[in-house]
Amino acid sequence: MARAVTTQHKTIATAAAWIVALLIFFPILYTIITSFKSEQEAIQGFNLFPSGTTESYSEVQAQNGYFKFFLNSVFLSVGSTILALLVAIPAAWSMAFSPGKRTKDILMWMLSTKMMPAVAVLFPIYLIFRDTGLLDSRIGLMVMLMLINLPIVVWMLYTYFREIPGEILEAARMDGASLWNEIIYVLTPMAVPGIASTMLLNIILAWNEAFWTIRLTTTEAAPLTAFISSFSSPQGLFWAKLSAASTLAIAPILIMGWFSQKQLVRGLTFGAVK
Amino acid sequence: MATQQTRSLARFMMAPSVVLLLVWMIVPLAFTLWFSFQQYNPLNPMRDGFVGFSNYALFYSNPAFLQSILNTLTIVVSVLLITVIGGILLALLLDQPMWGQGIVRILVISPFFVMPPVAALVWKNMIMHPQYGVFADIARFFGGQPIDWFGQHPLLAIIIIVAWQWLPFATLILLTALQSLDVEQKEAAEMDGAGFISRFIYLTLPHMSRAITVVILIQTIFLLSVYAEILVTTNGGPGYASTNLPFLVYQKALLEFKIGQASAGGIIAVILANIVAFFAMRAVGKNLDK
Repeated sequence: MARAVTTQHKTIATAAAWIVALLIFFPILYTIITSFKSEQEAIQGFNLFPSGTTESYSEVQAQNGYFKFFLNSVFLSVGSTILALLVAIPAAWSMAFSPGKRTKDILMWMLSTKMMPAVAVLFPIYLIFRDTGLLDSRIGLMVMLMLINLPIVVWMLYTYFREIPGEILEAARMDGASLWNEIIYVLTPMAVPGIASTMLLNIILAWNEAFWTIRLTTTEAAPLTAFISSFSSPQGLFWAKLSAASTLAIAPILIMGWFSQKQLVRGLTFGAVK
Repeated sequence: MATQQTRSLARFMMAPSVVLLLVWMIVPLAFTLWFSFQQYNPLNPMRDGFVGFSNYALFYSNPAFLQSILNTLTIVVSVLLITVIGGILLALLLDQPMWGQGIVRILVISPFFVMPPVAALVWKNMIMHPQYGVFADIARFFGGQPIDWFGQHPLLAIIIIVAWQWLPFATLILLTALQSLDVEQKEAAEMDGAGFISRFIYLTLPHMSRAITVVILIQTIFLLSVYAEILVTTNGGPGYASTNLPFLVYQKALLEFKIGQASAGGIIAVILANIVAFFAMRAVGKNLDK
């Protein structure tokens, strides 16, 4: 039986929800609006209607070489995610399909590494990176981001793999499939959605990581987090430019995020809330 | 039944993840622990050497250390209060039947995807700027005096920014939990004459309790290490007014090169995180048994 909903109730709920939602979204909306203003307009007080100029966008590229940072962000987030998947898929597979006595302990321990505060290892990591010439290198940072997110990737894959019925694997084994055949022809097709969700969430997390990406880079390997942070130094009020850079930095991930709400809940709660 | 062969293969497949995480956890942490008992300053190597617990003693004698711990806890507790209470209210609102629910959800969840430096800079410049910010415009519209957020209330300003980033997360998780509540149970309670308040206290809240626990624990892990928001807004100031433990460690290590003190701070951060982790593990672990 469906609950009877009065139109009045629905109207009030709709109005309240939209007002709250727009208030929460406002800083993002205002950033997008400001990015289409000229610098003059941007500091002339509250104004929701920009002149529509796109000069800030071309300036961000011309003056600051925005595209290089964008490419670094793409390379680091996608690269570290693929690396993490390569390491994590076999681990999650074995834990989900041939769990041992200590599987649960290993999973918990992996999770615990995620809880180690980054600052606790800031200086040793800095030293190691400096002495091995990895400071400001894309490869070094990529490995770093991979390590940070590896526990989440293993966990997410594990919760997805666990839902694949084991009988199917047994049947494949009976038919004489070797382990690698089993993985490639039976498991992989069933695991693709889970792997895709894990990938999506991990790219978002890596894209927005704002401690190591800022501290371990200077210019060459710097992604958008470091680029945007450089705007904090007092160099005058370039709000339109800042807004354009910000809009470009968050747009791709915002859109990806909208499509990954469900996976986000699952991934960030380690399967505790579905 | 898994054979001996599959067992050893399973171990082999697990090895890369386990070894990587083991190295990643133990090597740097051992360094930090070692440095925390040393006087070590690359700029002034004359006095380097073993100093026992004197780096830790600074947490009692140096007001900056004590304040940074206090600030860390203030940020964690305030943001948790705002996001959990706000998240419950928002989840209840979003769970109501309405037009355009999908779009409302998208608008509400969006701040979570904004990278921390962008969130902090947008709030600092366009919203909270004492002259040109939206808050200043609103204050002047009502004939008030604009507030110098980062000069007068730096910690509060940072709490607002961080709460804005995490409110969507809490809302999304709590809403997901709320929507898994059995409709028939709700209807039964309604038919028995339970009002909105008693339905909320006796049915909804217990149902959401695990989601609330998870939100608190996960947010605490991230909130203990707020960094970029402080870096691009107040830079820890004025004085140490908005310096938290991670930021102090960063200052000591990479700006002042007082590695011993920074390492002691890092170890304290680990202890703080471990206290939280202990409870987090138990909550998540329970779920594994099911």
